[in-house]
Amino acid sequence: MALDDFDRQLIAATQGGLPLVPRPYDAVGERLGVSGLQVRERLAQLLETGLVRRIGAVPNHYRLGFTANGMSVWDVDDTQVDILGERIGQLPGVSHCYRRPRRLPDWPYNLFAMLHGRSRAEVEQQAVQLQELLGTACRGHDILYSTAILKKTGLRLKES
Amino acid sequence: MLSPDDARLLERLHGDLPLTERPFADVAAEFGWTEEYVIGRLSALLESGMLTRFGPLFQIERAGGLFVLAAMSVPEERYEAVTAQVNAHPEIAHNYRRAHALNMWFVLGTETPAQCAAAIERIEAETGLPVLAFPKEREFFVELKLPLTSGEAHGA
Repeated sequence: MALDDFDRQLIAATQGGLPLVPRPYDAVGERLGVSGLQVRERLAQLLETGLVRRIGAVPNHYRLGFTANGMSVWDVDDTQVDILGERIGQLPGVSHCYRRPRRLPDWPYNLFAMLHGRSRAEVEQQAVQLQELLGTACRGHDILYSTAILKKTGLRLKES
Repeated sequence: MLSPDDARLLERLHGDLPLTERPFADVAAEFGWTEEYVIGRLSALLESGMLTRFGPLFQIERAGGLFVLAAMSVPEERYEAVTAQVNAHPEIAHNYRRAHALNMWFVLGTETPAQCAAAIERIEAETGLPVLAFPKEREFFVELKLPLTSGEAHGA
């Protein structure tokens, strides 16, 4: 679907967060010169089409105790990566899981799975599970731990 | 750490704020709390940094836009300066330092592939460092529910 002007204004007005007031949708509508009901109806449509993934809390994993955050990367046989990727996505503890291009010779990995835990030991344990699942289809892997959040603002469209 | 009330509230509000006139009052009613209490707790969680944001999460791909993961290998002595250069671009949605030769990993969110390519070019020109882009070719799963109310080891 294409964004219309109202969607664009709605995104610009809410991408930094909803106002924490008793009638947040009315407050957004007031800014945009529409009713709160119009805001709610459009958000409902955007949820349905998937343009809005969800409306809620975006936690800071670190502050919530999930201080170990490992981007596990795997070099998986191209003929099996899609089937195995689906199975890995279902493991608990795996959040994002994607197939991405290799950048040879520096970067042989084509499957990325984000792992979150309260400790590195917990993340390593999850990685062992992944390795068992991948079996001989996997030729090598690495885990890149994040050591600092440098920026986390989410999407920022320009209001135009 | 989170109080038990905060943990319950965050699990409830992971992604399902009601689209009603007074959504916080409706959530409060589910727990037998007041609207003021829910708004107060959310404000406090934002202020303390437990939450980075509260509101709609947009999936720009559905409107033709895209998120692209990219990485750079930044010399240690320039790390802070390059972080500032990269983060100054509004296209950068997230940026993480990671322990690897490729030590800076960021996500660009743009409305078109051309905007993404242009942002990467600008970053390369400003920093003099190559940017490796890793566009997603296939998504297997996205979403993580952290077990906030249990003390269980995550993923155990």
